[in-house]
Amino acid sequence: MSARIELNGQWREVRSEGDTPLLYVLRDELGLNGAKYGCGLGQCGACTVLVDGAAVYSCVTPLAMVEGKRVTTVEGLGSVAQPGPLQRAFLEEQAAQCGFCIPGMMMRAAALLGEDPHPDEKRIREALQPNLCRCGTHMRILRAVKRAAGS
Amino acid sequence: MNAGAARNILAAVASLALAASCATNETDALPKLDAPPRPVSFSPPLVERGAKLAAIGDCRGCHTAQGGRAFAGGRALETPFGTIYATNITPDTKTGIGLWSEAAFRRAMHEGVDRGGHHLYPAFPYDRFTLASDEDIRAIYAYLMTRPPVPARHPPNRLSFPFNVRSFIGVWKALYFHPGRWRDDPSRDARWNRGGELAEGLGHCGSCHSPRNALGAERRDRHFDGGDAEGWHAYAIGATSQSPLAWTEDAMRGYLRDGWQARHGVARGPMASVTRELAHADEGDLAAIAHYIVSGMGHAQERGAGEANAGSTNAAGERLYRDACAQCHDGDEPLPFGGLALARSIGVAGESPRNLVNVILYGLPAAGDRTAPIMPGYAGAMSDEQVIALARYLRSRFSDRPPWQDLASVVGKAREDGERIARAPAGGAGLDPALWGAKR
Repeated sequence: MSARIELNGQWREVRSEGDTPLLYVLRDELGLNGAKYGCGLGQCGACTVLVDGAAVYSCVTPLAMVEGKRVTTVEGLGSVAQPGPLQRAFLEEQAAQCGFCIPGMMMRAAALLGEDPHPDEKRIREALQPNLCRCGTHMRILRAVKRAAGS
Repeated sequence: MNAGAARNILAAVASLALAASCATNETDALPKLDAPPRPVSFSPPLVERGAKLAAIGDCRGCHTAQGGRAFAGGRALETPFGTIYATNITPDTKTGIGLWSEAAFRRAMHEGVDRGGHHLYPAFPYDRFTLASDEDIRAIYAYLMTRPPVPARHPPNRLSFPFNVRSFIGVWKALYFHPGRWRDDPSRDARWNRGGELAEGLGHCGSCHSPRNALGAERRDRHFDGGDAEGWHAYAIGATSQSPLAWTEDAMRGYLRDGWQARHGVARGPMASVTRELAHADEGDLAAIAHYIVSGMGHAQERGAGEANAGSTNAAGERLYRDACAQCHDGDEPLPFGGLALARSIGVAGESPRNLVNVILYGLPAAGDRTAPIMPGYAGAMSDEQVIALARYLRSRFSDRPPWQDLASVVGKAREDGERIARAPAGGAGLDPALWGAKR
């Protein structure tokens, strides 16, 4: 099938089958490797992207479900040359160790900040609850999100 | 009952409450103990029995706040009449029940009166606990009084008039509360009677699984016909059960103990809290409860063949099922690795779409400390229209029941209630983000 999605601000025509997980569409068809494959079960959060502003697990979200919707990936937050505010905050706090969970963390945080630009720490913790980090940089991640929320 | 009739009744009962407040005087205080009973004064077997019985009562479920200390209270119970905070039932002398005698504790359980003689709100289900035997209550008292005392005060209740007037509870009790112990049915065997005593009494199954009237009292004429609790539906578990698959005693016992059963599915919402506790119940008692419940459960209705294809008219729902759900729910892997075949799901065949919608939106959270099925939620990815189309499709494809009429409002309510209805089972301290390295 082919489906249209608004990806990082641009309408794109994609050819994958409707039951293809959005994550595979992003990585394999569109070459956007920011969202990561972690567990494949919607339990770790590494694949998190935004759909119409809400954080979703792209590994368990079929393409057909997001047809015609607005998809934002970590590439949509900024570039290496021009990182966006959330990306800058993560860099400034050196929140990444291995970095595998970080795109998902950023997208989860982006969903929160879209809803509440100045969340308190409790709110941030609650919002990030679905995302796992194996390196243990949680405290830096928290600081990064707080920094982004303050700026 | 419509809202107008309910308001009229409310007004009538409210005036009755004020007029009758002298007639419903609160009871005498029972003397305070000088000091809490010493833990060594209770025999270990009695304490152990109490632990297993407290699990059946799910005392911990209500009397523990998210992330709080066990039994220290503070958990908010949302009712249609306002918010009630669970009390501290640890043996702390100032904020708990440390100075309550066994007689005072038993009176609270049997009569819904605190040590000081004040009526207790029936959110504490003494209308059910009144059936519990003195012996069982003695064991629970021993268990609670040997827990670590935790000083903790709960916030004041936030209730609307007339429910915020304590003497009103006296009127409520006069209308709806029938104190008295469980009476064995001599035509039934001991196991059935023990199961009944526990399921109807301490286990207070009917508190959720029966509908309530406008004043929050259980409808005894519709016992086990299904009810609503904390954003979830408690399915009918009596003669009117809609289960598409007949329950056996073994299946029921396994479900109650594990929180899921391979052929029936997964306990969610408040029932997940109940089953977490039931894992610690006495096996014999659990088997008795299963025996009692299953013996009263209606036969599953055969699925009608004629309407099986009705869902094909709903292309959007069919596509969502095929693309998002079928891989697990139509696969070869059994629970907990695969998804439940939805033709066996009470979520699809049941009398209310609420739980199905909750699970589509918020999934099944990982249990954390034991093996159980999981499911990702689709609240972010799916629009309301998609959720409605999917639920409609599942209903027509996998059950022979009539379409749900109120899907749009149910989806709206589930969105409004948000993930808090789906978060880890109550008292699941390990899953509370507020505990992760947080400063108190």
